[in-house]
Amino acid sequence: MIHNIPYLAVVALVAIGFWAMIFRKNLIKVIIGIAIIESGVNFFLVALGYRSGAYAPIYTHAPSGQMVLPVPQALTLTSIVIGVAVLALMLSLAVQIYKKQGTLDTRKGVLKK
Amino acid sequence: MSKRDLVGVISLLILIGFLGLGAASMREFGVVDRAYMDDYIISHSQDEVGANNAVTSVVFDYRGFDTLGEATILFAAVVGVIVIFRREVHE
Amino acid sequence: MSEMSKIVRSISNLLLPFILIYGFYIILHGHLTPGGGFQGGAVVASGLVMVLVAYGSERFASWVKEKHLSVLESIGALGFISLAFLGLSTAFFYNFLAGKGGLFGDIPPEGSNPGALNTAGTLPLMNLAVGLKVIAGLASIVLVMGLASHYFKQGGENDT
Repeated sequence: MIHNIPYLAVVALVAIGFWAMIFRKNLIKVIIGIAIIESGVNFFLVALGYRSGAYAPIYTHAPSGQMVLPVPQALTLTSIVIGVAVLALMLSLAVQIYKKQGTLDTRKGVLKK
Repeated sequence: MSKRDLVGVISLLILIGFLGLGAASMREFGVVDRAYMDDYIISHSQDEVGANNAVTSVVFDYRGFDTLGEATILFAAVVGVIVIFRREVHE
Repeated sequence: MSEMSKIVRSISNLLLPFILIYGFYIILHGHLTPGGGFQGGAVVASGLVMVLVAYGSERFASWVKEKHLSVLESIGALGFISLAFLGLSTAFFYNFLAGKGGLFGDIPPEGSNPGALNTAGTLPLMNLAVGLKVIAGLASIVLVMGLASHYFKQGGENDT
């Protein structure tokens, strides 16, 4: 199990993100928990394509040897941009909720009847 | 603790159990046995695309359609943020 | 939001050209070194956000209007789509400039080499279009959010 430490780190990140989503009352802290989960998933994608002792898949001044798989890195790039877009929309909705309610507490708000 | 917190703790423990089971039974980190598509891309990205960077040739040439979808998502997010913050005339 | 002190404003004036040059270098050399349109666009947008935070959103909105930013973003998106449609005689998104010897048409030598800028077909043009789109998009998100903070009353509660 000692050679699976990156995958255990992914499990730790996702668990911390879900704990922040479930057990916190402030809306901004819930949004930060969602961002931590997205970071864990991106880390998992990049860690899948690693070869031991290999170099970056770029031919400019490249040392001789094997190269890491390039396709998971391309998919992670798309995933990071989608995470930024979703985070921007979540934060602007949180600003509108604060404007209507006056508080950011999810259990004491006016909108929740 | 209240009933809501108890349900939260139990579901979090079940989630960590499933994820840990999956992480312990993954293949070994750093050993890839079947990578035919990536080996083709690494060996042919200099004569077909002409780029030194294999990752950029995957993002813009071999899988350019996904980049089109990603650009559309970014555009839709910017439009959504501008529409949410639009104010009436002299609010 | 209001502006910050004189020290912060002078340092952000001093740092802005270096950040812009660094970001455009990353965008332009996307086919030779790690980077590309999205990464370099994020660097340039964070330089513009640094100027917005240092000078206050009211003064920044008097220099950069919101409709100019949306015109720039539309130019970037339409440029990307038209580059995809120009190779339609063979396939959608076909790299019609690679290997033909014209603009951006050389083939790099096999194996490890110092990179030449004239290679890789439509990739540098697509990098420029996507970089322009990301710069305008991220800057207009932060500008709209900064302008909306004027209509709030003060105070709030600290919850967990």
